[in-house]
Amino acid sequence: MQKQQQVEADRSTLAVSAMKQKSVLLRRYRWRKRVALPYLFLAPFLVLFMLFFILPLGYALGISLFADRLVGGTVFVGSQNYLQALQDSSFWEGIRRMLLFMVVQVPVMLCLALTFALLLDSGVAKLRTLFRLGFFLPYAIPSVVSALLWGYLYSSNFGPFAQIASSLHLPAPGFLTDSGMLASIGNIVTWQWTGYNMIILYAALQAIPSELYEAALVDGATGWKVARYIKIPLIAPALVLTCVFSIIGSLQLFNEPQIMSTLAPNVIGDHYTPNLYAYNLAFNDQQYNYSAAISFTLGAIVFVCSYIFMFATNRGRQR
Amino acid sequence: MAISVNTPVSREAHGVHPGQNKRTRRTRRGLATAFLLVFLVYFLLPLFWLIVSATKTNPDLFTSFGLWFSSDFNLFNNLGDLFTHDSGVFLTWLWNTAYYATCAAVGASLIATLAGYVFAKFRFPGRTLVFAIILGSIMVPSTALAIPTYLLLSKVGLINTPLAVVLPSLASPFGVFLMRIYAEQAIPDELLDAARVDGAGEMRIFWSVALRILVPGFVTVLLFSFVATWNNYFLPLLVLSDPTYYPLTLGLASWNAQASANGGAQLLFTLVLTGSLISILPLIVAFLFLQRYWQGGLTLGSIRS
Repeated sequence: MQKQQQVEADRSTLAVSAMKQKSVLLRRYRWRKRVALPYLFLAPFLVLFMLFFILPLGYALGISLFADRLVGGTVFVGSQNYLQALQDSSFWEGIRRMLLFMVVQVPVMLCLALTFALLLDSGVAKLRTLFRLGFFLPYAIPSVVSALLWGYLYSSNFGPFAQIASSLHLPAPGFLTDSGMLASIGNIVTWQWTGYNMIILYAALQAIPSELYEAALVDGATGWKVARYIKIPLIAPALVLTCVFSIIGSLQLFNEPQIMSTLAPNVIGDHYTPNLYAYNLAFNDQQYNYSAAISFTLGAIVFVCSYIFMFATNRGRQR
Repeated sequence: MAISVNTPVSREAHGVHPGQNKRTRRTRRGLATAFLLVFLVYFLLPLFWLIVSATKTNPDLFTSFGLWFSSDFNLFNNLGDLFTHDSGVFLTWLWNTAYYATCAAVGASLIATLAGYVFAKFRFPGRTLVFAIILGSIMVPSTALAIPTYLLLSKVGLINTPLAVVLPSLASPFGVFLMRIYAEQAIPDELLDAARVDGAGEMRIFWSVALRILVPGFVTVLLFSFVATWNNYFLPLLVLSDPTYYPLTLGLASWNAQASANGGAQLLFTLVLTGSLISILPLIVAFLFLQRYWQGGLTLGSIRS
């Protein structure tokens, strides 16, 4: 009797533990499916992202809080490098120059890109494939090569512009002088990136369903009116995207001035752009800590500029 | 030029006023085409000048008119000089560039495709946050990253090795962003469920079901990472010091610096120009043949943002 009860009790505990085991297995299986598997697939990217984005940023932030002293080696100085950066006239000269560059070059480039995209999309012009590819082509050229190329074209020795000027008995245009350099660099950047921005805007225009403006055309709206009141508002997100990327790019200008500095070393000093300044601080002066602080301050300014821009356009669109 | 794979649908009819007479319409067409032609000249002139200059001897570069060929057609000599100068270092640079760009592009696009697929098709804790951080990193200025990356790489002894160029190029947040959008649109959930019911493992589903559908997006990311690495200058400038590891951009810039320092007395100017021409040819060819992909890829990025 007792024995039988014992067996039954054993059986029931066995059943319960089996059920428990099953639910543990099930939970473990679900966890595997819901958490472990996605992260396993993400692991290659996340590891690289940690190593080459998060870690360098953290490291730069870390070393920007220290300074190398002749006596005592590396010491913690807190915000001192940042205070120094805020009062550094070399740094601000570069920032002012890049802001000026941004305020002129970005609108010129994007207006051109938008005009081209609208013309190509509306089908007014002929040879559209040729134009699209021809305008985009400079994007495929390394910025170093385009800077070299334009540097030669600007040259007062054998550049074609100087040759044409001298055959007309005019002085060679001062592309590489103090007053002309920023515009010359602006031209290189515009040459290189207009086509890329045009393609983005063109792609957005092509995605607009044509029913949206066919009615307006039938009602007799001109191509310009359709562009102004229907197409441009509809591609506003793409326009904002191109603006933000252009703002980020122009504030970080480095390759073009760095190449041009070999052609005109007296015009482009070591702090012509903030990025060039950070580079020269780190690699010519070995001031890694201060250079990191400069990079971070620049990063903050870039972030603030793009944020202000997005905020402003968002409010403008909601109104 | 090998143009046109898929030209988007023509929209001849739009932008044309139905009530207008034929003549104003033709004038408008003419004006628009002329306007675009002026800019086509602007965009192509530097390239034409490059082609012309690559055919000249160094003295002719200074004495003959820049925008036309001189009587002495020297392209083949220049090419010969280019590949033999400095015991053929240009060929090494060309090879390095192709090697870095291929490794970085294949690796980056595989990794980005896998990540984009997971973000698009799995619901898991932390998904929104992790993706937001990745998106935010697109905004981080490259200098803020490059200098600390250099310092960290030098700590682990990777400075002046090919890995220092390839490894940082493998993480492509923009690629992940693009692939997520592409996977969301291209892969129906039912297809994945059907494969699961059939008993296929998740890895198998990715390799033999999802990846096939994702090929167009994959090629887009591949092309863009290839171009980004091929054209990269800042990172190699920091992490490489031995000329035998240089990519083309760095090599050409170093020749140019030497040429400028010598006031153009050497034949280096023609080498820089001929080398520049050779270095841009592969990318131009790639862009012309893969039009469908890069145009499609940019559409994706712009619609969703």
